[in-house]
This record gives sequence, C-alpha cells and structure tokens, in this order.
Amino acid sequence: MEFMDFFAITPAELQALWLTFKLAFYTTVILVVFGAPLAWWLAFTESRWESLVSALVALPLVLPPTVLGFYLLIILGPYGWVGGTMEAMGLDHLAFSFTGILIGSVIFSLPFAIQPMREGFASMPRNPIHAAATLGAGPIDRFFTVILPLARGGFFTAIVISFAHTLGEFGVIAMMGGSIPGETKVVSIAIYDYTQGMDYAAAHRLSAILLILSFMILAVFYALNRRFMAPLKL
Amino acid sequence: MLEFNLQHRYPGFDFQTGDVQLPSDGITAVFGPSGCGKTTLIKTLSGLEKAQGWVKLNHQAWQSDRLFLPVHQRRIGMVFQDAALLPHLSVQGNLDYALKRSGFERSQHRPQQDRWIELLNLGNLLNQSVLTLSGGQKQRVGITRALLSNPQILMLDEPMSALDWRTKNELIPLIKEVSKASKLPILLITHSPEEVERLADQVLLLNQGRVEQLESLQQTLSRPDSPLFDEQGAVSVLIGQPGKVSDGLQQIQVGDNTLWVKPLKRANQEPVRIRVLARDVSLALSDPKDLSIVNHMPVKIDELIEQPDHRLLVRLRLDNQQHLFAEITQQSAKRLNLQPGLVVYALIKSVALAE
Repeated sequence: MEFMDFFAITPAELQALWLTFKLAFYTTVILVVFGAPLAWWLAFTESRWESLVSALVALPLVLPPTVLGFYLLIILGPYGWVGGTMEAMGLDHLAFSFTGILIGSVIFSLPFAIQPMREGFASMPRNPIHAAATLGAGPIDRFFTVILPLARGGFFTAIVISFAHTLGEFGVIAMMGGSIPGETKVVSIAIYDYTQGMDYAAAHRLSAILLILSFMILAVFYALNRRFMAPLKL
Repeated sequence: MLEFNLQHRYPGFDFQTGDVQLPSDGITAVFGPSGCGKTTLIKTLSGLEKAQGWVKLNHQAWQSDRLFLPVHQRRIGMVFQDAALLPHLSVQGNLDYALKRSGFERSQHRPQQDRWIELLNLGNLLNQSVLTLSGGQKQRVGITRALLSNPQILMLDEPMSALDWRTKNELIPLIKEVSKASKLPILLITHSPEEVERLADQVLLLNQGRVEQLESLQQTLSRPDSPLFDEQGAVSVLIGQPGKVSDGLQQIQVGDNTLWVKPLKRANQEPVRIRVLARDVSLALSDPKDLSIVNHMPVKIDELIEQPDHRLLVRLRLDNQQHLFAEITQQSAKRLNLQPGLVVYALIKSVALAE
C-alpha cells in the first residue's frame, strides 16, 4: 500500500517532470546545433582570441549559478537591455519565463557541450577527411559522412551530459525563473518548494525519480560509450 | 598532361617549382631527401594547401590567378602514406564512397569495381572492417578506392614507406599493373631509390624546394653523381626481354647478350627491369670461361670517373646502347690499363629482377 502511494504522482508533479524534460531537450538541441561550429572553431583556430573565448565558455564551470542567474535576471528582465528592448518592441521581457530559463540553461551547460565536441574534433585523424575530399566529397558531404562519424564520441558525450546536467539545474532557474507552474517550475524547484512547505512525501517522490533517472542515463551512457564510441583509429 | 608552376613560402622554406610539364602517362617518381618539398608539392598540386601560381591538367585549369578549384572538384586519385581509409566503413563501404561520387553511371559501378578488385586481389576482403586490415591490404584498398573515384591522375604519396620489404615486393608489381591498365598518369612520391628504379619511367628530382631535373630514369641513372645512388653506390637498370627457363634459371635477353636470373614469379612477355649494383660488376680484358659467375657480356668503356677512397666508377655501354656502371679500384684500372673506347668483359656477380 505504501509502495503504491509512493508512485502516486500528482498532476502538479507530472507537470514539473514534463517541463524539466522539455527544458533539457531544447537545451541539448540548441547546444549541439549552435555549439558545434563554436567547438570546431575552438579546436582548429590559430586566432589569439582562442584563449579568451575558451575562458568565457568555461566560466559557468566555476561561477556560482546564483551569479549567472543574477546577471541574466538583470539583462533579461524588464529594465535590462535585452528585456527592455523586447518590451519596447511590444513583446514580453524574458525573466520568469520558459524562454528565459532556456537561455539560462544553455549558458549554464555550455562548457559541458563544447568541451567534448571540441575534443572530438581535435582528435579526429585528418587524412580520412582529406581522402574524402579527393574522392569528390564537398564540405557539407564531408561533415555528415566523415567528420560526424569520426567525432561521434564527442557528440554523444555532449548530448548526454548536456541533457543530464540540465536535469540537475537549480540555482540559475531559482534566481531568474522563479517557480511558475508549467512555465519555470522544474523538478529541482518543485522539490525545494515541497520541502519548504513540509510536503516531504512529494519531495521524496520527485527526488527519487530524479535520482534513479539520472543514474540510469549515466549508466547507459558509460556502457554505450565504452562499447561503441571508442575513437576509430586505424 | 599535368602542368604547373607553384610557389609557396614558409618561414625557413622557399618552395618554387618553376614551369613543369609532366607526361600524360607512365609513372613519374618525385624523388628527393626529406624536407626537399615532396609533401608540399603534392599538397599544393592537389589543393589541400593553397600556394601561389597555376596548375593545369589536360589543359583544364585547376588553379590560376582568378581560380582555385577545391580538392573535391579536381578528380585526383590520391593514395596516402597511411592509406587514409574511412575507419567507420567496411572495405566495400570505402569503395562505395568513391563510386557514389565518381560520376560513373550507376550501371557502371559493378563492372568498374569488379575490374579493379580482381587486379588488386581484394575479392575476399570486401566485407571486412578496414580496422582489421594489414598494411599492404590497406594500401590495396586505398589504390582501388582511388581508381573507382574516376580520376584523371593518380597521386601516390609514399604509399610503401610504412610497409615491410615483403609487402613492398608484392605491391610494386601491382602499381605497375595499375599504371598499364588504367593508362593514367601516376605521380609517385618517394624517398626510396629502389622504388624509383623499379617503377619510374620519369624522375622529377626535388632539392631544397626546387625542381632540379625532370628526366627519364635512364638519364638519371647515367650520371655518376645521381641522387638516386645511396650507400649502396651506383646502380644500373637494364631492360631486357624474358625468354625460356632452363636449369632453374630464367633467360633475359638484353640486346645480343643473355643474362640468367631467378625465374619470374609470373609468366611475362613484357620487358622487365634488371637492377645491377656497380659494386657487383667486375671487369676482365678477355671473356673468362673457367668462372662460376654466369653472367658476362662484352661492353665498351665510355668513361672513367674517379671516386673517393681510390675507387673508380666505370661507365660501360652495351651493344644496344644501354649503360652499366662498374665500381673497381683505381689500382685494378691501372693494372688492366683501362681506357675509354676499350672493349672489355663485364662480369655481373648478382642481378636482381625489379619485377
């Protein structure tokens, strides 16, 4: 009986779970699509700006999420230059909105996506790419038929870690998203709210789900990584 | 015909080819010591690296003042030192990758593939992952893949430098066959004199970023200071016609003379190359009958060239105008009173068929 109760998830909890996955999914897609060109640039550039850009990308690793959240709140809020401009254009500002926490999540997980992709690109053997070119493959053709398969380990790591890392995000969202059900109230925020409201049963349920899920994602990741994603070396 | 004039400057290295015209068939060896610009030449010719100047193949511009065709539009069959197979594909996958982008009609894919996999003996490797291939197998796949891309020229970038001698001996005749069957011009980058002597029709000599010579192999080998001569000393390559096998030895007809060598591995009606080291050739004033050396022939002395350490290089001419080097001591030359124009007998202690 108690066991059944444990999994009696309420609609509010389900909504928080759904929102969390939606956020993690969008964050991952944006990071991979827009992060790949940046990772490529960082892997191969000889520009003197490389070290500055690398430092910028790595900042979320060391900054307290509250600092990141605070600045985003200022910039995206009604009086910040992004939020303010949007208000002036007749749109809503981005603080306390899904779009706002999505921007926060992308920045927060940026190093976790860029670093593996960058390593993936940098460790590719170059000659197969040259060979593909001599066989008549143009740049886009080469990207999908050679580069992506050769750097797939980096992409796989970037996708899984960005997704898992976003599931565990709290500080940035707490600072700039608040706790609006269906909009910004992700699982980590909901757990905090339940604990503050002494609803330990609900906090238990969500915590256990997040714990098991995160563990499963990482376990599957490491198993697959070992078997299929080893770098292809001739 | 490949024509070019390229200039490329790195810190500490100045690469300038001058005007070069390569013949439209046969194997041209690009030879030179390491750091002479062989890699720069192949990279800038193929467009993998951008240099100043111009490149034309069969009168179609690859590069000019206003134009720079990217690699994938140049139709080069490139074979890399490490084969550069696509590691995520099988052997067949690698061949298909080339065929799909070759411009061959779909109906031509099978016949094209069958033609080359038979010559390069890949039949039983098609479904293997390229990760499991040996060095020689990789190069055979690399060559086949290059041919299936429907190229106008083949560029082989030190294809044998990572192979052991046995594998090299298997690959050399295959490269010759490919040259004959494809009728494509082949550029062979190498730092091995032996590969040049066994394969090349022409030699492009590179030194310190400059093209020093473009000449026939025979011309390169006729100079006593030829850059092809390494620690083994001077080398001659004789061309002969294979004949009968008797008593376990193969006859090779060189002009009016017959040489006896180890039998050919496969029956061959085509002329073959015989590689002779100058230090394996001795000279006698008369034809010695009571000697274990089987190969002797009359030759005329062309030139006596003094060498360090009291040695002497003698350039000899055969009845059919091919030349042969002998390396003897200056003392022997004095004793025999050797002079240009004199007819003597060359005794060849050992010959190698450069199959």
